[in-house]
Amino acid sequence: MTRLITMSEYSVLIGGKAGEGINTAGLSIAGLFSRLGYRIYMYFDYPSLIRGGHNFAIIRASEKKVGAHRTPVDVLLAFDQKSIENHRERVHDGTTVIYDASQTVQAEGYGLPLDRIIKEEKAPPITGNSAMLGALARVAGIDRAIYEDVLRATVPAKHLPANLRVAGRGYDAVVDVFTVEPLDHPTLPVLTGNEVTGLGLVYGGLESYVAYPMTPTSNLLHFLAGHAEDLSIKVLHPENEISVILMALGLAYAGEKAAVGTSGGGFCLMTEGLSLAGMSEIPVTIVMGQRPGPSTGMPTYTAQSDLHFVLNAGQGEFPRFVVAPGDLEEAYTWSATALMLSWKYQVPAIILTDKTLAEGAYSYDIGAVPPPPDREPVLWDGVGEYRRYARGEGGVSPLAFPGREGAVVKVSSYAHDEGGLTTERAEGVRGLQEKMLQKGESLKAELATYPTVKVYGPYDAGTTIVCWGSEKWACIEAAERFGARVVQPLVLAPFPVRHWKEAMIGAGRVVCVENNATGQLARLLRQQGFDPGRPVLKYDGRPFAVDELAARLGEVLT
Amino acid sequence: MSPEQFAGKQAGELITPAENTWCPGCGNFAIQHMMKSAVAELSEEEGIPLENFVLLGGIGCHGKLVDYLTINSFYGIHGRSIPAATGMRLANPDLKIICHVGDGDIYAEGLDHLIFAAKRNSDITVIVHDNRVYGLTTGQYTPTSPFGFRGRSTPGGITEHPLNPLEVMLAAGATHIARGYTKKIRHLKDLFKEAIMHRGFSFIDVLQICATYFNLTDYYNIHAYEMQESDVETGRFESALGKIREWDYDRDAPIALGTFYSVEKPIYEEKFQALTAGKPDRRALVRKVIEEWR
Repeated sequence: MTRLITMSEYSVLIGGKAGEGINTAGLSIAGLFSRLGYRIYMYFDYPSLIRGGHNFAIIRASEKKVGAHRTPVDVLLAFDQKSIENHRERVHDGTTVIYDASQTVQAEGYGLPLDRIIKEEKAPPITGNSAMLGALARVAGIDRAIYEDVLRATVPAKHLPANLRVAGRGYDAVVDVFTVEPLDHPTLPVLTGNEVTGLGLVYGGLESYVAYPMTPTSNLLHFLAGHAEDLSIKVLHPENEISVILMALGLAYAGEKAAVGTSGGGFCLMTEGLSLAGMSEIPVTIVMGQRPGPSTGMPTYTAQSDLHFVLNAGQGEFPRFVVAPGDLEEAYTWSATALMLSWKYQVPAIILTDKTLAEGAYSYDIGAVPPPPDREPVLWDGVGEYRRYARGEGGVSPLAFPGREGAVVKVSSYAHDEGGLTTERAEGVRGLQEKMLQKGESLKAELATYPTVKVYGPYDAGTTIVCWGSEKWACIEAAERFGARVVQPLVLAPFPVRHWKEAMIGAGRVVCVENNATGQLARLLRQQGFDPGRPVLKYDGRPFAVDELAARLGEVLT
Repeated sequence: MSPEQFAGKQAGELITPAENTWCPGCGNFAIQHMMKSAVAELSEEEGIPLENFVLLGGIGCHGKLVDYLTINSFYGIHGRSIPAATGMRLANPDLKIICHVGDGDIYAEGLDHLIFAAKRNSDITVIVHDNRVYGLTTGQYTPTSPFGFRGRSTPGGITEHPLNPLEVMLAAGATHIARGYTKKIRHLKDLFKEAIMHRGFSFIDVLQICATYFNLTDYYNIHAYEMQESDVETGRFESALGKIREWDYDRDAPIALGTFYSVEKPIYEEKFQALTAGKPDRRALVRKVIEEWR
């Protein structure tokens, strides 16, 4: 099966049981290619259990930026039989298979006697991942020093010698099959959407993060908790999501910028607090990582099925900001922006991600990220009597916080007057409602200068693929095969009508790609008076592979 | 001018122009005025600036209190004052944060928050306006209504027994537990001041008269008594538990008023304070974390 291949990209699948460290092993493989200058995307697929089951990661390394996986793989690293059986469609003539021969895996390719290697090297079982890493390096013609560098960077010092020995055994057990040529590109860190969202929030001014664990945003909680000292932030984990959002509102009322994170089920519990944020005009930023519902659904899989939920959650009418980043660069910039705009306009801001983006790993080029805009909240000037809901410019009332001499800061969930006292007078409540909506208009006006709708590909294509969030990169790549344009609305509320119209000039045939069953972006577009074109939907909990999407697009475009 | 006179004058200035809409004879008036006096006196005696007090209200007759006083306030939603209060204390350790909550509000809708705030010893004060009936929704039973209570949702009488909220609080880890009564206003004021100054989670269940739906004035006047120092050892869990169990909100028994339990324990918010101290340049910290990944 030796063959010479020259290609600018590689896909590697590593699979095994939960608890065998497949995610970490996948990130080590990503590190291997990163060190050679490749851009990485890693899809991690795992069921909702702690031990057993079948986990796998697909690591795609390319010369150019990638944000989606392909179905075929060049190397399959199998710790168990399921890793062979479940992925037969991915294997082709050129695929190199390496498997754990001690697990009686029936496969063709290179069998590694992992049990024996581990026993002889007196190493813990988890080092089997290092044997696979070494073997992968060898078949891919990657120098021993490269994988050793990966292990040095990721394995704790006391376990390093054992891992290096086991990796060496893996390397020596197989042969050169092809050669991954080093690229003249810098090594980029490989980060997840959760990590970059957290960093973006802190860049935007975050001081406290509050969350109750829920996939797919638990890792955002873990990441920020693990870096609380490095980033000088408080990270809090209270008793439930109701407490989460109320705690955040309490923090913000007292002057501290706070964000929360959750998924659909937790967001259900937060909706009363969301409406309170709208009425009391207390800023809060919510990271909403979607996963398939209804109800518990498939906790560890992906979906884009909560768009209308976040657009409409909470009783009553109040403005909100909703943004759906499609990759790390957008997640960073827009997380920072969301938090700043939430404070500037005193509205809730929702960063809508999903499992694909939140837990997917990507090469992150911070140098290519334009710095987010600097936006400051409007603060009270200390003159005269303080009224929390004074009618300020654009409907925004200057902020003061409790403890400020000369100010009595009264916020309320009830309809209230400018001073914050309850009122049910007709003209008073009408004015209050109009003030709130005016903030939405001000926010919309500010967003006119932001890149709220992105366009990729040729303008004269005659075919336009519309998508949002994490499907962006699968669409960009698949569109190339049809010479099509891709249009991605980043901001979903307030809806950027003018930017949308501009992006869709000469759109031609339109296809709307979404990870849901009913076409939620399409519904939003129709509400705004736009034709969303033909739907291409996927609702099995998995993101589109590039080739899979291209085939589906082919069905509607040809 | 004596401190008392000064405080009295200051207290008088703490009333907002909002129209008071409690029923005549409502126990909330006593709580409002004693709260106002407690804040004014603490400000004077302890040198706590008035702007450092924050009142929270839930939803129910009790919540209106925050509209009637010119003190910082957060008029929130039903049952959810407590986590917001903890958030405020996390953001600013100088604040004196007082939750006014109702018995339906916090023993039904928001019991989880009450228990967890006690468990973590959050440095806030919770004052329950316990009239043992829903007033604003016109007369349904609450978690402290006695067995057999006939409300509009339970016309045949309830078949469940009430919670003893003090016992719940003791079990949950509250570090300061007291009970007051709206017909004993000076005693009530002293309980408020003591609870506000307690370092850690302080809790007062105030037996409050609902003049319209559940007027227990005569019952309380017969059964309630102010505890003497010898009645309970407030530093001992077992002693407090025994006294708390003297009356279970259900059967006839003497009703002790005063402080049952008061101990010092580490405060939840303190360990977070150092994390955000000073004015760190977080953007530089973000860059540093990203750099370390390379």
